[in-house]
Amino acid sequence: MDQQVFATKPSSPKEPWDVAIIGSGPAGLTAAIYTTRGAASTLILGGEVWGGQLMLTTTVDNFPGFSEGIEGPVLMEKMRSQAERFGAEFINANVDAIDITKRPFEIKSRDKTFLAKSIIIATGARTLWLDAPGIKELIGKGISSCAPCDAPFFRDKKVAVVGGGDSAMEEALVLTKYASEITIIHRRNEFKASMAMQEKVKKNPKIKIIWNTEVFKANGESKLESVDLKNNTDGTISNLEIDGLFVAIGHSPATEIFKGQIELDERGFVKNEGTKTNVPGIFVSGDVHDHIYEQAVTAAAFGCMAGMDVLDYLAESGSREK
Amino acid sequence: MASIDITDQNFEAQVLGNKLPVLVDFWAEWCGPCKMAAPVLEDLSEVYKDKVLIVKLNVDQNQVNPQKYGIMSIPTTVLFKDGKEIGRQVGFSGKEAFEELIKKGVTS
Repeated sequence: MDQQVFATKPSSPKEPWDVAIIGSGPAGLTAAIYTTRGAASTLILGGEVWGGQLMLTTTVDNFPGFSEGIEGPVLMEKMRSQAERFGAEFINANVDAIDITKRPFEIKSRDKTFLAKSIIIATGARTLWLDAPGIKELIGKGISSCAPCDAPFFRDKKVAVVGGGDSAMEEALVLTKYASEITIIHRRNEFKASMAMQEKVKKNPKIKIIWNTEVFKANGESKLESVDLKNNTDGTISNLEIDGLFVAIGHSPATEIFKGQIELDERGFVKNEGTKTNVPGIFVSGDVHDHIYEQAVTAAAFGCMAGMDVLDYLAESGSREK
Repeated sequence: MASIDITDQNFEAQVLGNKLPVLVDFWAEWCGPCKMAAPVLEDLSEVYKDKVLIVKLNVDQNQVNPQKYGIMSIPTTVLFKDGKEIGRQVGFSGKEAFEELIKKGVTS
């Protein structure tokens, strides 16, 4: 691929990057495509576990332009190489802390400190696990949050999926290729998932749905054997024997490192006005502030906006020409 | 030394019968986190060459050993020493976690 680079990278660690992007899902990488093409030197602190939630999916059918669908991890690799093609520096490192009292901002990652005139927070959200006894202990022993990774281990076995959104539907559908029986356990009496996904699930003869029910305990020593369920309308307790449990109950924003520096709401999402945070020069995009849409394409769009706003900010603050 | 591919057929010779501690990466093509883990393990195989052998087993093509060792989630990395499991790591959570696991084999 032909590289096209429009900005000069800092020549030493003492010189600041025009922008540092923390996170490497669709939001962070799209932001980088815009900032690099806008001739801002761009550092992506992509995390050791990079690529965001799409790395845990199979076919993505709702990203425009891929009419036949595209594998989530492939899409992320493409976004990454697109950003790198325009000169983004991608580092597979986690950020430990940021110092917003300094100008340029300081970003600490292990023993390294990076300087940046602006920051885009695009750390996204991570999987929420059920808060019930036995769950944590049995992760990797039958409990999983990645059906695309782990479904083949449940050939001809009985499994359950917890959740009611698109990810829960996808997990269930992926599992139909291997498991003999899939039960979706949902705490409400209807799904939040898109109609397209719901239709597919409801039409599949391998999938059974248990409504108004919550998992309150996972049982098993060396591996998962069953879960205890409680119906939340009539209080009925029951036990479901399964070999696998796939958890897709949602995500929580990855904002621990920003606490006390960036304004967060009570649930931990970054508070925003457009792409701006409460700190001038620090912007936000994607699932780390958006708890409404939570789509790959909206995260990418928020990333684009943050990238463009950073370019404006850099121009207005006089640190580079527009 | 790059990490090498092993199979169910040579598992015993390569892993259980090896004089060095061996870290086995159970992986598959379809798994995103496995793709993230691969280059990290590749780097570590350089850093720890002559101390720990890092090998990978494709669970799609080899099903005997994944079942034998109760692999139900990938990537799972299992460290063997003198033919016995001495530690494992489920999932990919970065280089540090792998190094911690590898060091168990180097020091014990």
